[in-house]
Amino acid sequence: MDKNILRNRILTLVSLIFLFFFLYLAKHYTSEYVLRILNNTAIFITLAVSYNLINGITGQFSLEPNAFVAIGAYTSALLTLTPAEKELSFIIKPLIWPLNSISLPFLPSLIIAGIVTAFFGFLMGFPVFRVRGDYLAIVTLGFGEVVRVVANNLQSITNGPLGLKGLAPYTNIWWTWGFCVFTVGFIVMLVNSSFGRAMKAIREDEMAAEASGINAFRHKMMAFTISAFFEGVAGGMLAHLITTISPTLFTFFLTFNLLIIIVAGGLGSTTGAIIGAVLFSVGGELLRAVEEPMDIGPLHIPGVPGMRMVIFSIILILLMLFARSGIMGRKEFSWDWLINKIRGLKR
Amino acid sequence: MTYQIFIQQLINGISLGSLYGLIAIGYTMVYGILRLINFAHGDVMMMSCYFAFFGILVFSLPWWLSFIIAIALTGLLGMLIDKGAYKPVRKAPRISALITAIGVSFLLENLALVIWGGRPKAFYQPKFFSKKIVIAGVHLVSLSIWIPLITALLLIIVMWILYRTKTGMAMRSISRDMETTALMGINVDSIISKTFILGSVLAGAGGMMWAMKYPQVNPFIGIIPGLKAFVAAVLGGIGNVPGAVLGGFLLGITEIMLVALLPDLAGYRDAFAFIILIGILIFRPTGILGEVLPE
Repeated sequence: MDKNILRNRILTLVSLIFLFFFLYLAKHYTSEYVLRILNNTAIFITLAVSYNLINGITGQFSLEPNAFVAIGAYTSALLTLTPAEKELSFIIKPLIWPLNSISLPFLPSLIIAGIVTAFFGFLMGFPVFRVRGDYLAIVTLGFGEVVRVVANNLQSITNGPLGLKGLAPYTNIWWTWGFCVFTVGFIVMLVNSSFGRAMKAIREDEMAAEASGINAFRHKMMAFTISAFFEGVAGGMLAHLITTISPTLFTFFLTFNLLIIIVAGGLGSTTGAIIGAVLFSVGGELLRAVEEPMDIGPLHIPGVPGMRMVIFSIILILLMLFARSGIMGRKEFSWDWLINKIRGLKR
Repeated sequence: MTYQIFIQQLINGISLGSLYGLIAIGYTMVYGILRLINFAHGDVMMMSCYFAFFGILVFSLPWWLSFIIAIALTGLLGMLIDKGAYKPVRKAPRISALITAIGVSFLLENLALVIWGGRPKAFYQPKFFSKKIVIAGVHLVSLSIWIPLITALLLIIVMWILYRTKTGMAMRSISRDMETTALMGINVDSIISKTFILGSVLAGAGGMMWAMKYPQVNPFIGIIPGLKAFVAAVLGGIGNVPGAVLGGFLLGITEIMLVALLPDLAGYRDAFAFIILIGILIFRPTGILGEVLPE
């Protein structure tokens, strides 16, 4: 048994080194476009894995990641912009006092973004976890809308519909993938701990879990706050990747994309969330083909902008109708499983 | 604020509220029967606006005929959505049905975007509904008076269907106990279909009036009214038809009054409904007229 654990750790380490070399090669020998897709993939994996913690593992179907990403993005953007840039951006109403003179490096701004988002998640949790089921979905959706409306109107902090422009492009593949690996590692460890088992117990049967001495509210809050932290940091990275943020970026649309990812991967499986995020980011780029004009021989097909979203919506509906458990179901990837598979093939 | 302006705003609130109420009936009936939040309901309303728009513009039909056809098509759309998307997940966990509904909602929005484009289209305003009226110094558009009247008429028809016809009796019975109803020899699927048709027809009628009140049609006009109508349904007590209309009135009037009294907060208007929703779910989850506790 001990030998297996050691072997698995070595295999994980080796694959991380492989990932590092792959990223190193990608950074030096591929185009800006490929790097952009890699960055997006890492951010989507981070978001999907942390969203899955609350939706899949704890089984509390919620629809708020766009709110958390928005809070994280605004917090870190407001912290990294220099006072001069802020003065230039905020033309309608000046930025309120402590924020207008602060300018922090990237890393502290990300950490503060995560903490602020987690704090908002914690506060949101009190009303949210008083309800269950589809009411919980609607209330969290409502919070997403409220955050967007506030971002649109609170001009002395968020600059309203104009948004924040000219953020320094700090985010690169080391930041995104580094944080992505950290998130996945943290969440996998959490899920395999006693906390994770308690969360799964709540998903299966809340009453039975409570009867066994699990404080359901506390565990739900924990999952919610942790997922808020990671989504907030990912939001900060997203902001410094695209360098311009405005409230229109954080609509329900973002949540919808994440929902497709975790449903396609299999609600409740971290591996599934990762596979879903990769498929979504790469598949989304490949699907751009359907929006561009095509010439098949003499036939000219004009491009249809927006077709991708139609396809994604149809995929989501079809998944629900025919493949409810997604790619992974609730199964997880493990080295033991892979090795047994390979041994099986040899035989 | 002079009393004329107050009355004017009150009537505005009532007409907005009756639209919320009309859309909320569809939510509340479907929820009452299937325990499903029909996310796509607001988008069904949006589709009805496009149907009417094209009836008038492309087929040059008279507006009333085009409205009737649009409402009928909306009913058909509701039935198709039920048969195509919701019926296969009826036995699945409720969250699967909710995810399907979210998918249908996005499908309708993006289909409309692909087919008709994102540019807002100006909706035709019949002269009959756009007359300006002055009563005792209160300036009004005739539409604001017609909307509550039409809503009241439709509510009476719905109540008649629910309490005076066999179909209505079957609907109420399914909302109590679906399995037992099926054992009584009632075709549950066909009744659910009829519920969707009825709800969608009402959403269609609401859509016509919404588009005349705010004559800009784009693929995303259904989202906010849809969400607010849902809040109205919860406020009135979900599953309760008169409650939905009452909730709609309350929501519409408070929203308009908030904007009229505190113009500084006008931008937060769309967030207001959700704050009410959170408040109700915490303090009185059954809503005003509701009896059954939500899950």
